[in-house]
Amino acid sequence: MYKLLLCVCYLRTRYIALASIVSVTLGVATMIVVNSVMAGFSTEMRERIHGLLADVVIETNSLDGAPDAEKHMALARQVAGEYIESMTATVEVYGILSFQYHGQWIPRPVTLIGIDPGEKAKVGPLKDFLQSYRPTIVDGIVTKPAQRSLDVPPGWTLTKSAQEYRQWTIERQQWMIHGLEAEDYPLTAPLDPGNPEAPPFDGEDVGPPNFDEFPTSADEPGIAQQDDGAVTAPVPADPETPSPLIADENTQTPTPPEFGTPPFGTEGATFAEASTEAADWSDLQEGRVYLGIGLISYPYEDDQGKVQTLFMVKPGDDVKISTVKAGIPNTVHFNATVVDVFKSGMSEYDSNLIFCNLEYLQKVRGMFTPATGVRDITSIQIKLKDEADAKIVVERLKAVFPAGLYSVKTWEQKQGPLLAAVDIETAILNVLLFLIIAVAGFGILAIFYMIVVEKTRDIGVLKALGASSGGIMSIFLSYGLALGIVGSGAGVGIGILFVHYINEIERFITWITGHKVFDERIYYFPEIPTSISPAMVIWVATGAMAIAVLASILPARRAARLRPVEALRFE
Amino acid sequence: MSQSQLADTPKVDKRLDAVTGADAQQTVKLPKGQISTVAIEKSYFKGQHKIPVLRGVEVAVNEGEFVSIVGQSGSGKSTLLHLIGLLDTPDVGEILLNGDRIDDLPAKSRDQLRNHVFGFIFQFYHLLPELSLLENVLAPLMIRHSLWSFWKQRHQLREQARDIIAKVGLGHRLKHKPSELSGGELQRAAIARALITRPAVLLADEPTGNLDSDTGREIMDLLISLNEHDRLTIVMVTHDDSIARQAHRVVRLKEGRIEAVGRAA
Repeated sequence: MYKLLLCVCYLRTRYIALASIVSVTLGVATMIVVNSVMAGFSTEMRERIHGLLADVVIETNSLDGAPDAEKHMALARQVAGEYIESMTATVEVYGILSFQYHGQWIPRPVTLIGIDPGEKAKVGPLKDFLQSYRPTIVDGIVTKPAQRSLDVPPGWTLTKSAQEYRQWTIERQQWMIHGLEAEDYPLTAPLDPGNPEAPPFDGEDVGPPNFDEFPTSADEPGIAQQDDGAVTAPVPADPETPSPLIADENTQTPTPPEFGTPPFGTEGATFAEASTEAADWSDLQEGRVYLGIGLISYPYEDDQGKVQTLFMVKPGDDVKISTVKAGIPNTVHFNATVVDVFKSGMSEYDSNLIFCNLEYLQKVRGMFTPATGVRDITSIQIKLKDEADAKIVVERLKAVFPAGLYSVKTWEQKQGPLLAAVDIETAILNVLLFLIIAVAGFGILAIFYMIVVEKTRDIGVLKALGASSGGIMSIFLSYGLALGIVGSGAGVGIGILFVHYINEIERFITWITGHKVFDERIYYFPEIPTSISPAMVIWVATGAMAIAVLASILPARRAARLRPVEALRFE
Repeated sequence: MSQSQLADTPKVDKRLDAVTGADAQQTVKLPKGQISTVAIEKSYFKGQHKIPVLRGVEVAVNEGEFVSIVGQSGSGKSTLLHLIGLLDTPDVGEILLNGDRIDDLPAKSRDQLRNHVFGFIFQFYHLLPELSLLENVLAPLMIRHSLWSFWKQRHQLREQARDIIAKVGLGHRLKHKPSELSGGELQRAAIARALITRPAVLLADEPTGNLDSDTGREIMDLLISLNEHDRLTIVMVTHDDSIARQAHRVVRLKEGRIEAVGRAA
């Protein structure tokens, strides 16, 4: 009884001890904040990675791939059918993306993935990443609805606004060519006619074209509509009724300009090249691609300090892609129309991946044997009914897909180093922060020692009144525990509040310092992601309490060992 | 801290029963307190040097007797009192309570004896500064009882404490902290704390040493009345002969030996 009473009394009167646990409080709060943010990042990142990859991926080691997707899938289904929900065959190959921006060709190294969008959507949330399915949101308000309804399966057709943009581009080129021809401009004339204004490259889609000067074919669709572009790729553009000039140009240079034409030629050369392509542009290219947003855009801050994205290529534009053929790795090039832009939020993917229509890629790479109709593939993506079974499935698949020819991995294994790096970072931070709490423990120890010395006489009195050594020890141990509970309790409270208001705090610090603390351009997150795990909070709080109790053991033992006579002697 | 904890040492249990009485708390009659020491020797070490404090002291205090121990500083009188009160153990010799040896008991039993049999008063009162007067007086009972048993009997125990505080004349000061009391009041409070356990023996170490003569006399009157009315055995240490003379018997110590034993005037 006296233990409790004294414990409470000491808590109420020894403020110096409370000061010693401030460091415990801060340590606990910091640990909770750091862990929550790291967990938030990690969760968010895993979601994004997992979204683009499938649960399990079978890959051929060879760039040539392996023939017959159906056989592979049947085999996979045979060994692990009960776990598999759906599968899709893909072709993955490295390549170079080139696109024209302000008259210059800009190259990007990419990983080209041939997919069937309908099938791919079954193994992962493809639609969540495609920008045409997302409404435009500014400051939490939907300023423009999504261009595609979520009911529409992803395919290779352009959205309406992309069609209009494409048509506007073509018409603008034709207008320029006509105009120049009529006025007999030299072909070295500046590209920009000054009027009309170029559409703003700010990620917004351009409205319907508004050419008073050149209204021809403004209402013609001019774009081949397909129900499912991936299956039936359109025939190449067949210029039936091109403008005389374009036809003329086409006959002069029937093939597209040689890939990799130096962009540093005269203006006239670039101009002529653009005009040749205009004929092809009236119809969609046979190749269709989804581009990662990082490949073709860059973020910038506008006048108000808001992060905007500047697009160099937009859906409806054409790009060039070079890759290697299967078999003998000779280069191949093809033109492709940008159908959509995807943003997974993982910069590694967004600035590296291109999704392309599978059948066309197979054709271009020579992975299609027309005689047999067999198509080669390089990987099979598998979605499981329960992703927790991934390890079992990988084991089973490894048994039938020999390791020399195939590699079978879960998405986590594929991204192993990245995820491991995050885990290691979290672990190191935790160790460091726990050391801080341990340092706080030494503070408690020192202050407790002081209190024991200060209380020597009281301890002697208590012993004279019949208190046992164990009782005296338990006073100080429970005092330590009480301080630990108070300290870590306050720390948990502060930590959770901090995490809850972390974005407000971030804005406040940004406002105070004028320096953006959490830059969306760097982290890809509009807000700091957090995730508080109750187990983590309990661990941290318990650990801090344990340290407080451990730190009080030594002083408590000292107090217990005091002999009453020694304690009372100094009078 | 119940006596059942001593079940493993039945001998001690029996002795405890003998000294405290099975129903010690209920009876107004205090338990017997007859003390004797047999050839006590005690030395302290200061560094390498052995300093003998007591060199074979034999004292016998009868039940209900008021004995004062006098001597100069360093004569070992306080040490003798501490040894009797089991705050320390003698190097050689025995301490007997009602004829039973108590100095060699295990720590737990010694703790219990201190709580049940002995009441302590110190020169500097030694009240716990964080607790109110009432809580200070209740402290020995809190130590004796577990949390649960104290809670069950809290009204009865508080009443008991109030009675005793009233008896020492501090009934109006229950809620005061020690820092708010005068020296005389503090010593009265200390006496109340010593009496709350209904001890057999009251051990007083210079109870008036820190008080002016008037207050000292009041405290002495209180002790004498306790001795006379309640037949409380009192062993008092003092360096003041005039105070010592108020006891039944005076034991004079010099350099660790009994110099003289005489009846008080």
